[in-house]
Amino acid sequence: MTIAIHTDDLHVYFDRNHALKGVGMDIEMNQVTAIIGPSGCGKSTFLRCINRMNDLIPGCVVKGRVMVNGQDVNADEVDVVDVRRRIGMVFQKPNPFPKSIYENVAYGPRLHGVLEGANGKMRRRKHAKAELDAIVERSLRRAALWDEVKDRLDKSGTSLSGGQQQRLCIARTLAVDPEIILFDEPCSALDPIATAKIEDLLVDLKEDYTVVIVTHNMQQAARISDRTAFFYLGELIEMGETKQIFERPQKELTEQYITGRMG
Amino acid sequence: MAPRTTFNYEMEGLQKEITEMANASRAAFEKAVRMITDGDLSLREEVRALDRHVYELNEQIDEHCLDIIALHSPVASDLRLISACLKMVEDLNRFGRYATDIAELIDDFEEGKAFKRFESLRSMSCLVVGMVDDAVYSFLQRDAEKASHLHERDDAVDSLYDTIFREILTYMMEDPRKITVGIDLILVARYMERVADHACNIGEYVYHMVTGERLDPKLRTGAGERPPRGIFEHPNPRTELDLK
Amino acid sequence: MLGRKAKEAVAFTLFRGCALLVVLALAVILGYILTGGLERMSVEFLTGMPRRANTQGGILPAIVGTFYLMLIVLAISVPIGVMAAIYLVEYEQSSWMGRVFRLAVYNLAGVPSIVYGLLGLGIFVAYLGFGFSLLSAGLTLSIMTLPLMISSAREAIAAVPGAVREASYALGATKWQTIRHHVLPYALPGIFTGIILSVSRAAGETAPLMLTGVAMSLQRLPDNLFDSFMALPYHVFYMATQSSDLQATRPIQYATALVLLLLVLGMNLFAIVLRKRYRDKYRW
Repeated sequence: MTIAIHTDDLHVYFDRNHALKGVGMDIEMNQVTAIIGPSGCGKSTFLRCINRMNDLIPGCVVKGRVMVNGQDVNADEVDVVDVRRRIGMVFQKPNPFPKSIYENVAYGPRLHGVLEGANGKMRRRKHAKAELDAIVERSLRRAALWDEVKDRLDKSGTSLSGGQQQRLCIARTLAVDPEIILFDEPCSALDPIATAKIEDLLVDLKEDYTVVIVTHNMQQAARISDRTAFFYLGELIEMGETKQIFERPQKELTEQYITGRMG
Repeated sequence: MAPRTTFNYEMEGLQKEITEMANASRAAFEKAVRMITDGDLSLREEVRALDRHVYELNEQIDEHCLDIIALHSPVASDLRLISACLKMVEDLNRFGRYATDIAELIDDFEEGKAFKRFESLRSMSCLVVGMVDDAVYSFLQRDAEKASHLHERDDAVDSLYDTIFREILTYMMEDPRKITVGIDLILVARYMERVADHACNIGEYVYHMVTGERLDPKLRTGAGERPPRGIFEHPNPRTELDLK
Repeated sequence: MLGRKAKEAVAFTLFRGCALLVVLALAVILGYILTGGLERMSVEFLTGMPRRANTQGGILPAIVGTFYLMLIVLAISVPIGVMAAIYLVEYEQSSWMGRVFRLAVYNLAGVPSIVYGLLGLGIFVAYLGFGFSLLSAGLTLSIMTLPLMISSAREAIAAVPGAVREASYALGATKWQTIRHHVLPYALPGIFTGIILSVSRAAGETAPLMLTGVAMSLQRLPDNLFDSFMALPYHVFYMATQSSDLQATRPIQYATALVLLLLVLGMNLFAIVLRKRYRDKYRW
């Protein structure tokens, strides 16, 4: 039971708004961790702290520590580009690039090249075409999309259905070989069948990756996650094994939220 | 207005039903025992009527619980309540069933005279009625503490049953003409011992419903464990049975 | 009183009428110029030099002059405009500096063309010593076009959805990589539109040219940037006001205007084709 992500007294401010208040939690490796809570409780903000996407928002201040595999991602010497390669993110509304399916998946690997070398001297070089083909196929297979698109890789990514687009976005993230994948309400724009496919995929992915999913659908969190964290008004209220949270929550607030008696 | 109005409405309805069933089955059993202690045979019809009511409610509550599960995905305390209800209805049903069985048997007594002779039977019936009361009240008041103590009295009831069995055996052996009555008395004692077991079950369900933990299984066997002293001292001893 | 449906029909007719008016206006202009100038159009007109004080011959130098001017404007205002637009959108969104920049661009767009002309005269012709030349005129026109170029490029770039940028960043791209691989390509259709608008406008401006050295009549084509030049818009003005025999040269005026119009329309068409090609490539 290794800890993949550890946060310590994490505070986030958007101008004067105190969005996250002293969040400290541990996320375990190779598990699906779900984050639930009412709208505006800070779950997405927390998620974006992990791969430093909050840096892109002007006026955002992050205090506290976010340790990923023992390394503080906000440290000065850390390269944010590398952080984002190792921690992938899939967004709420599928956002494939308006390029071909192949190009969508190949973009990441093309960007980063291949790191190789020996005796401590590492060099980055461009991928060969065959390597890229292999990566694209492998990623699309892993995202359970290969069979549906293998004979139209040159078609635009936006020509796919919603569920397929989202899986394309997942394949795109997988292509750079991350360690952790963050999902921000990935199914909220999809129909039940597409949702079910992606849920199956998430459970499958935890074998090789650490999965963190923010969702406002409690039943989804209950279905697929191993551990669940409940956020309310910027604070972490309770976190534990999903079964325990949904059968015997310890905190009154948690109980109120999951039985739908909040608000 | 609280959100999930339909769900809340359904849950409140369920609460009402299970409360009604708990009270009805408790009342049935108490009346049945009263028939024996006071010889009031007129209560038999009431017992039968209550039992029928209990039986209908059993089906109704069962259906209701399944509906709520299918339609509303209850979690946490709601889920535990429904789990308790689904299991409890069976035990409450048994209360009513045994009450009727006891009520039927009273026919054959010489107006309860025989019953009055056996003090152990009388104390056993007091004890068991107390357990039924506590089981039902612990559910209604969500009192896990009360629920967890039912086991202690169950052991006492079991040993009382053994005592009564031996007593009645002696009674029957003294006079073979008393065998019919004796067997009826043994059956009554047996039914009451079963009722006590069911009351204990309800205690377990209530404990889980309130705390989310399971009651320690070691308590169940009771083997090798002597009932604590003063067990016949019921916390609120009843001198007479007040039937509501 | 009119019923709802009737009111709608009236409004609709009104709107359609107005739209038709616009089309009508364009048709009238085209028609007028066509009928007036077609007779004078010939290969010789388009490729020959002016003779006899512009009353005969061709207007090749004017065509070439306008063409060179547009090239200069393209070469200068497009890169500067696009890069400034990128900077405004991507790098200085909300700071006070960004606001100052935006304000400057808006105001620059409102400066009258004659003022630009004076600017060109003062800085390029006199101060920097370029004299009356293609370079001075071209530079002046470029500065004049810049605000328009920046505005439309800025809008095109800002129209690229933030979701695409986020996706790119999340994959580990730097800001510049995101701009280069995603924002710019997807904004190209809009940028092309901006280029069309800007250069078309530059091609038809007369006032700045007058102050930076457009010639009335030349017998040769410009050799280099510092050479003097002719230009179509000024030629029309000159012919319409200054020529020796207004009546006789009327067809020449119309023909010149026609050439100018065709040039501008031709550029529009070309850019539209380019825009369509890029739009298809990156279909949203």
